[in-house]
Amino acid sequence: MSRFLRHRLFWPAVILAALLLLNLVFTDHFFSVEIKDGHLYGSLVDIVRFGAPLILVALGMTLVIATGGIDLSVGSVVAISGALACLRISDLGDQNSTGGVLGAVVLALALSLVLGAWNGFLVAGIGIQPIIATLILMVAGRGLAQLVTDGQIITVNSSPYKLIGGGYWLTLPFGIIIVAAVLALTAFLTRRLALGLLIESVGGNAEASRLAGISARGVLMMVYAFCGLCAGVAGLMISSNVSSADGNNAGLWIELDAILAVVIGGTPLAGGRFSLSGTVLGALIIQTLTTTIYSIGVPPETTLLFKALVVTIVCLLQSPAFREKVFHRRGRPTSARPAAEEKATVTA
Amino acid sequence: MTSTTGPLAGRRTLPRKYIPVLVTAALFMAMFVAGGIRYDGFATGQIILNVFIDNAFLLVVAVGMAFVILTGGIDLSVGSVVALATMISAVLLQHGWPAYAVIALVLAIGAVLGLGMGAIIHYFEIQPFIVTLAGMFLARGLCYTIGTDSISIEDATFTAFAQSRIELGGGMWVSPSVLITAVVVLAAAYVLHYTRLGRNVYATGGSEQSALLMGLPVARTKIAVYTISGFCSALGGLLLSFYMLSGYGLHAVGMELDAIAAVVIGGTLLTGGTGYLLGTVLGVLVLGLIQTIISFEGTLSSWWTKIFIGLLLFAFILLQRLIGARRR
Amino acid sequence: MAVPAPILRMNGIGKQFPGVKALDGVDFRLLPGEVHALMGENGAGKSTLIKVLTGVYDIDAGEIELEGRRVAFSSPLAAQQAGISTVYQEVNLCTNLSVAENIFIGREPRRLGRIQWTTMRRRAAEILARLDLYIDVSAPLASYSLAIQQMVAIARAVDVDAKVLILDEPTSSLDAGEVAQLFRVMRRLKDQGIAILFVSHFLDQIYEISDRMTVLRNGKLVGEYLTRELGQVDLIGKMIGRELADLESLEGRPLARQSAPLVEAADLGRAGSVRPFTLTIHEGEVVGLAGLLGSGRTEVARLLFGADHAGSGSVKIGGEPVSLRTPRAAVRRKLAFCSENRRAEGLIPDLTVRENLVLALQAARGWTRPIPRRRQDELADKYIAALNIRPADPDQLIRNLSGGNQQKVLLARWLIMEPRLLILDEPTRGIDVGAKAEIQRLVAELSDGGMAVLFISAELEEVLRLSHKVGVLRDRRLVAELDNDEGLTTDTLTETIASGARS
Repeated sequence: MSRFLRHRLFWPAVILAALLLLNLVFTDHFFSVEIKDGHLYGSLVDIVRFGAPLILVALGMTLVIATGGIDLSVGSVVAISGALACLRISDLGDQNSTGGVLGAVVLALALSLVLGAWNGFLVAGIGIQPIIATLILMVAGRGLAQLVTDGQIITVNSSPYKLIGGGYWLTLPFGIIIVAAVLALTAFLTRRLALGLLIESVGGNAEASRLAGISARGVLMMVYAFCGLCAGVAGLMISSNVSSADGNNAGLWIELDAILAVVIGGTPLAGGRFSLSGTVLGALIIQTLTTTIYSIGVPPETTLLFKALVVTIVCLLQSPAFREKVFHRRGRPTSARPAAEEKATVTA
Repeated sequence: MTSTTGPLAGRRTLPRKYIPVLVTAALFMAMFVAGGIRYDGFATGQIILNVFIDNAFLLVVAVGMAFVILTGGIDLSVGSVVALATMISAVLLQHGWPAYAVIALVLAIGAVLGLGMGAIIHYFEIQPFIVTLAGMFLARGLCYTIGTDSISIEDATFTAFAQSRIELGGGMWVSPSVLITAVVVLAAAYVLHYTRLGRNVYATGGSEQSALLMGLPVARTKIAVYTISGFCSALGGLLLSFYMLSGYGLHAVGMELDAIAAVVIGGTLLTGGTGYLLGTVLGVLVLGLIQTIISFEGTLSSWWTKIFIGLLLFAFILLQRLIGARRR
Repeated sequence: MAVPAPILRMNGIGKQFPGVKALDGVDFRLLPGEVHALMGENGAGKSTLIKVLTGVYDIDAGEIELEGRRVAFSSPLAAQQAGISTVYQEVNLCTNLSVAENIFIGREPRRLGRIQWTTMRRRAAEILARLDLYIDVSAPLASYSLAIQQMVAIARAVDVDAKVLILDEPTSSLDAGEVAQLFRVMRRLKDQGIAILFVSHFLDQIYEISDRMTVLRNGKLVGEYLTRELGQVDLIGKMIGRELADLESLEGRPLARQSAPLVEAADLGRAGSVRPFTLTIHEGEVVGLAGLLGSGRTEVARLLFGADHAGSGSVKIGGEPVSLRTPRAAVRRKLAFCSENRRAEGLIPDLTVRENLVLALQAARGWTRPIPRRRQDELADKYIAALNIRPADPDQLIRNLSGGNQQKVLLARWLIMEPRLLILDEPTRGIDVGAKAEIQRLVAELSDGGMAVLFISAELEEVLRLSHKVGVLRDRRLVAELDNDEGLTTDTLTETIASGARS
């Protein structure tokens, strides 16, 4: 039991469960999932579907943070990717041509990859502190996105493109399938292959890793490029969902939510050990929070207050120091206790 | 004696700790000269003073940020606290509160917010990035809860602060905000260099564990820097309300990033322990000068402006990096 | 000789950790004006005893008396205020601050709240002058060597009115001259009546400086002895509970066989690091590098491994010219390098023993070719058994291991690679006698098996015992290359190191 309680994902899971239960009070049939017209419907499905872009960005962010870095530019990459894809599609003679849409998608993703690699180059090649290196693209990228859309909102009317963010495939929302695929790919690269070990090693001690023969630069380049790619996919999803690209607002502040998701999921900002499942859990908490805010009717002006509150609670519960100070204070009059506690910590 | 940089000249080439600041200063000068060559009427003293006038609030916020970053922390809440300060000022003034009471209250609120965040960071050992991110949501949320529209300020005192000019002779002038900012910068520099609090800030940033073992009040220091940052943000918010004469929940969006960028451009390491306040001042000036150059360029659309800022930031950091690396 | 009343007395100290009795009924006393060595292998309970004394841990049994009063410190700070100052192996100062500040921070001279920088610098210079240290006190501490940082730490510790000064392995990163300077300081403090508790793995130093010693083994007290009455061999016997046969058995290494040259460095050098040097290492040969700290020993190793870029010269491996621009390239050529700085350049503290073990192999294979888990477990089990790594748990985080065991894991990381040249920079520093003997024996075995070893150590005896050939460095220059024959002794080596300075 104590082992279970001390699992690092225990408290995030409790919070997620609590939020979901809260919804059940306000929304009847919140947990019901049904198949209508061959499509999966239900509030839980919606949470995953709407949360898909955030999960994607957060997955890429997890790897970057595991190397001890951070990527502030993902929001801008989201905007650029959506803008470029929509621009290409709107230039197509037939917006419904699968080939044309595919070309646009590939182009947008390739650009995202390049932008991610650019961040990697600044961090690994030139040695700029990650927060500042990615700040450059965060600022300039927003401008690039607007340049692509010429400051307008590009609207497209393309059913193949719509599929990415709003469509269904095999009864499942297509976005969920993409997330599952990217999650599986990330897990495969990091845990089946050895990328995870190298990332954790570089994040844990970069110089020791270099001397062990790891090409830290290569790992960093790869990780930032992957993060850019994830943001690019998320950008396609967001713009496809609304069939338009808004260079100014698409993906605005998503980097903060993504970082939050990663940290709630138990990956320390200092780098080292990371948890993909924790990140997914963290992203789901943030998305559920948004859903909850709507379902229990929090006025839109106070949504941020509510968010601040929940984030603070999650982080406090995650903090061993907080649990120690708050939960253990009551039953600790004797001096024999600390030794017993120490023992419990080690066996856990 | 200090200029020997031969390969075997030992480990002490003296001015090394000043290099980042010197590089920033040199690059700022270079930018100013380049601007002067390219644009008519650029190379005047008033241009630099205008940079101060237009960025007084950012400078005050960056000073607070510098304290936090010197301890190895970070404060993402500053932009939102600035907005909150403008919002509270505007609403209270609208309700007829006296200006100075408003100012005192706003400063107190900023300090208390910072104090709370600092306490959570220290006592519950939660990463500053996350705590101040929550603080950012909180302050912005409070803004929207107070009101979602821009509220204009018509109070006489605030208007006086906004509109008076202090002549410096030779046709040059500054706003009262610049004087307030100057006082803040000088006071902060004094605190950092000549008081125990300031030295404890550097020690904590150098090695928190060592500082603890040396018996320094690490807890008090860490909480103090976030309080200072909160206070500076609130003061920055007041200066912004003098400048804009309005309170609005969307003021100062992203200002935390400008402040961090300014501190880092000024040669302060995000890992803490090294850097000078003068560097931060230069960092703000560089950001301000970039804006000025863009306004002189005139024809840029808003997106080209962003791209241009990004490029200049990149060029600047790259140069700083190259020059710094060669000296090492 | 009349024994003065002890300033510090610890009676029946017991400390229990989960599963381990770290201290069991240990008595310890410290007299004013003595240097008292605390001896024992790693895990004997030395550091636990120190931590119990300085308030890092609380005690489960027993009592502590300082100047006749019963005390229990809640924190190192409380201990310090009571007059017990500690200087650790890892210098616990803020290297970003100036020397003067490091001595005075927290109690700076002030007037009206304003720090008096001039007064502070002057007083800092005075305090250091009393320790025979004349340096620029306004320079950041980071610009000085570890030795000087250590002295500054001592200066700070002593200046806060210490009655008891604890020096926990202060000499492990100092060279001979610096150790001599430290000992001068210690003697001066001793004359002032300060009681000094001294921990070191260097037996020679213990015998040079200490008056009395207390030996611990497995958390129990073995006894307290006057240093002059207990011989080295007896001491080691008491520490490890067996005779010194292990160490002795290595004496009389055969001379190097004439084998093919493996690594030939010609005029290899790097500005600011080490002057161009020429060095040939044969297969199966152990080449020792001797020299003072900062003489360029480590720099030679780093150049050969590609950890630093060489500014000049060339390297041939097996007769073939190669370019060693990165450690990666060197690993591909079957070179391996164990850095002297375990913590900063070796360990990945957050990873497990198994992950640290396979890291270099995985890096060489690339991330697309993972080592199957079963193979990882085999490797881990094999090397944990072969090198006697404790605890024998491959899934333990490496940061929980003792220094000696961490060092063995790092060694194993490279042994897995089956290198042709193994570069060991101070592999036995800061680890206990038992582990030291094991590592020395391993080096001998490896070289007998045909592996070339470049062995760097501050301990000349160790270098002599293992090497076929010794390269001597002085002032970042390779000044001599000596065959390890009958004529080579630590005295001749010391002479060469010293005479290099005159040339």
